[in-house]
This record gives sequence, C-alpha cells and structure tokens, in this order.
Amino acid sequence: MTFDSKSISRELQRIPVWFVYAVGFVPAVSYFTLGVMDRLGADPLKVLERELGEWALRLLIAVLTITPLRQLVGINLLRYRRAVGLLAFYYVGLHLITYLVLDQGLDWAAIWADIVKRPYITIGMTSFLLLVPLALTSNNAAIRRMGGQAWARLHKLVYVAAAGGALHFILLVKAWPLEPLVYAAIIAVLLAYRLVRSLTKQPRSGRARSREIRPDRAPGQLAARRGEASVATARAGVGAPSPGQQERT
Amino acid sequence: MLIRNSRGIPSSEITPKHVYLTRRTLLAGAAGLLGAGTVTGDAAAEPLSASPSPFSTDEKRTSLKDVTSYNNFYEFGVGKDDPARNAGALTAKPWTVKIDGLVNKPGDYPLEDLLKAVSVEERVYRMRCVEGWSMVIPWVGFPLAEVLKRADPLGSAKYVAFETLKRPSEMPAQASLFPVLDWPYLEGLRLDEALHPLTILAVGLYGETLPNQNGAPFRLIVPWKYGFKGIKSIVRISLVEKEPPTSWNKQAPQEYGFYANVNPVVDHPRWSQATERRIGESGIFVKRRPTLPFNGYAERVASLYAGMDLKKFY
Repeated sequence: MTFDSKSISRELQRIPVWFVYAVGFVPAVSYFTLGVMDRLGADPLKVLERELGEWALRLLIAVLTITPLRQLVGINLLRYRRAVGLLAFYYVGLHLITYLVLDQGLDWAAIWADIVKRPYITIGMTSFLLLVPLALTSNNAAIRRMGGQAWARLHKLVYVAAAGGALHFILLVKAWPLEPLVYAAIIAVLLAYRLVRSLTKQPRSGRARSREIRPDRAPGQLAARRGEASVATARAGVGAPSPGQQERT
Repeated sequence: MLIRNSRGIPSSEITPKHVYLTRRTLLAGAAGLLGAGTVTGDAAAEPLSASPSPFSTDEKRTSLKDVTSYNNFYEFGVGKDDPARNAGALTAKPWTVKIDGLVNKPGDYPLEDLLKAVSVEERVYRMRCVEGWSMVIPWVGFPLAEVLKRADPLGSAKYVAFETLKRPSEMPAQASLFPVLDWPYLEGLRLDEALHPLTILAVGLYGETLPNQNGAPFRLIVPWKYGFKGIKSIVRISLVEKEPPTSWNKQAPQEYGFYANVNPVVDHPRWSQATERRIGESGIFVKRRPTLPFNGYAERVASLYAGMDLKKFY
C-alpha cells in the first residue's frame, strides 16, 4: 500500500475554511434545537451542558492533533488550525453560557460560591479565561503586531487549557467512569508528545517554526507571512527566507 | 420501475415509537379490565393492587417513562439509560431473600411468602439523587419494619445491612474489567431508621411490579436520604451490631457518608446540594428548586438525629 501524505494533504486542502466552521457549529445548533423541542431525554439541560463541554474537548483534541499529524505523518492541516481552535473556544463559551444562564439562572451568589468552592468549576473557569487571549489573537493582525515568536509562546496556553478541561470533566463525575478518563488520556498523550519533542529536538529550525505559525494561505496575508518570516530568519540567523517557504504549506 | 427494498424496513419507520407505545398502553388498559394489563409495555410487569397512604405527596408525579429510563443502577452501566437498556436479562422471578445475623428467625424467605403477610400501599415519595436532580415517584411497597419484625431481631441488633444480587452473567457491569464499584453493592441503615414507617421495601411503581432497571423484584426506599441508599434487587438483609460497610462510602468516604441524609447545607465536597433540578420540568429552561432538609420529611424524621452533628455524620 502506498501512502502519499502530500497528495492526501493536497486533497484535504481543497476543503474551504468556511466549511469547517459550518460543520463545526452543527452539534451546537442541533443540541440547542433538540433542547428547545424538549427532545434531549429526562434531564435535557444536563445533556446540553455536557455535550457542549464534550465537543469543546473534542475540538481541543483536534487542534492539538494538527501538529503531530504533520510532523509524524506528513499530513498538513495547518490551514484549518485557526478555525478549529476558534470553534473550540466558541464551544467552551457556549458551555459556560449554558451553565451561567440556563443551569444557574444567573444566580451570581451561587455561581461565585461555585467558582470559589468547587475545584472543577474553578478549573473550568480558569481554562476558559486562558483561552480568551488566544481567541483574541487568532488573527493575522495580532500575529503581525506581536511577532511570531511571542505569539507562539502565548498560544502554548492552549496546553494548560486542554489539561484543565480534561481535569474539569474527571472532577464532576461520580466514581471513575471511562469517558472522562479517555479524554484525559488522549490529551495527556498529545501534551507528552510536545514535551518529548521539545526535549529531543532543540533548538528547532526557523523554517519549521515559521510554517507552524502561518495560519493559512489566503491572499492578503502576505504581510503577516513576511512578519513571520523575519522572525523565523532572525531565529535561524539567516538573511532571507528560502524560496521553498513560499511553496510549502 | 425497480423497487429497492433490500435493506428491509426497520419497524421504527412503520410506526413511530410514541405511537406504538401509546397503542400498547391502550391495549394494556383494555387488558387491565381483564386483569392482565401492563402500563410499561414490559411483558413481565403485573398489576399490583395497593391502598393509598397518608405519607404520599400530592406533587406532580414524574412520568413513568422518565422514572424507568433515567436512573442509576451501576450493575448495568454508569449511563442513566444503561439500566433500561441492559437490565432485560435479569431473572427477577422466582426470588429469595436471605435474612440472617442477629435475628431469632433467620432463613431464606421467598419474596412471595413475604408479600402474603404484608399490606401493600402506594407511597408517592420525592426522590433526591446525590447528583442534584429529583423525581416524584409512586412506589408500591410495604414498611421494611414488617419484614424485620417477622425475622424477630435480637436485642443486640443495632443496624441493618443490605446486599444486592451479584450475578455478572445478567449484570454486565459486574463483569467489567474496570469495575466502578466493589460488587456486590452494599447498603445499611441504623435499626431505628429501618423501622421508621416511611422506610419501605418497594415491589412496584405506577401500580405495577417493579421493572428490572428500577431494582426488580424489590428494593429499599428511604425518602429522606439520597437515592443511592435505596439499594436495589436485594438478596440479603442482615441484622448486625456495628455500622455495616456501604458501597459508596467505601468508594469515596470523604464524599459519601453512612447516613447520606438529604441536607441542603452540607455540600458534596465537589458540588453544592443547596438546589436540585426536578426531572421532566420545563425542558432546558427548568429552574432549580431549593433542596429541603431531609428532602421535605424533616417533620417526621429529624428527631432520629437529635443532638447529632449532621456535618460530621453526613
């Protein structure tokens, strides 16, 4: 069997980014619609809350899978990383709004007591707050302004947020059911991969870094790309970006 | 024209589920006149005649569907719909319960024998789960005290220990490689709690024998305690001198005490117990309601705990 990662990448890249957003919002819209129709079983609010949270975890896992997929298998989905990351943030936000508005009925005293007294709420809320600056800087202007290196460093917060999300799930269930442990195990593997890689492959090449930051290849992002390239080259200590950089994705 | 029908037509396409369920209820209602009806559509269910009880609440009852499709019975899986899905294979008839320990008349009592000697009542009770949701359920049962008296406890008996069936061949989660709890499931009561008139052994709900997923053929109901105290499918009742081990307490002692009385001011370490969500109320726009001390039964049971620090004995 031949495995041609380049052609797989090429095929996958034909999917437009807007389509990722459109599909990404399907679970949220379906669950909310079913909820309004009272078709989510005996405790529909719990199902809505739980599903939005689980989708947030799945999307965080998806976004953390993009880099290992490229480094280990050669399938490049970097072009969609911003969309998947923002979707994860939106789902965490919807999960939080459901808790605040529908579950707690905006009873701020109860909510504050939860945040202070319940480790799972404290952790969940912290993870959400960690994702806010990442969502706000998920645009080319922010990358340009911050510079690629600082931007990449900031976005490492997603590791903490994902670990927090997994722990949040474990802490809210009785006993040790399998599902939260599976999410935690997958996230642990994805984070361990990065740790091992950073220990064994340091320092990383400037080119790899610049490829990693560049969000997609839409026209009008040349400036952002140039900005990254200069960061990357400064890091690598080379004068000009190599021509290959423009072709590779 | 070629009519393709190779996949067959699933029955769900011919008659929507709610229609055939309604149809079954109608049939069951008609059959009920002949003395053989079932509300649940469960072939094993049999009607029970029960007299009303002054202990019943007149609050709106949780639907039969929610009571029988949304509950915890970890022997069949940790999901709320697992019991309804997986409990079909449980053989609940015939059934014998061993009554032993500090009693004058120990023995293996067939459930049918026990039932002959008691008066069966309908008790509409609130049920508060430790997870923060609640229901109102019309149980059919009789006071546990009647059974205990029959076994004639010795003066030295201070507690009652209960044990659920352990039969991995019919209870799939008991055969799991990663058991959620130590099987068999164990529960216990202080003797005065066990003898309290509110404490019943339920053999049915909504006027019929108990569905497997709700703890067939009989289970404990202690309405002022969290639901997990209501041990299901009981095979053994032992009168003992010391506080017996209980499953959730063994699993997480700092979270689940022996007493497990419903108490809005004693939180679960990981979540608040101040409020609850009533199942089947207003869909996703349901408002939490305040949880009542002893689940609203304080007037009748608070005296059992006079002088006790309920924060310590949670």
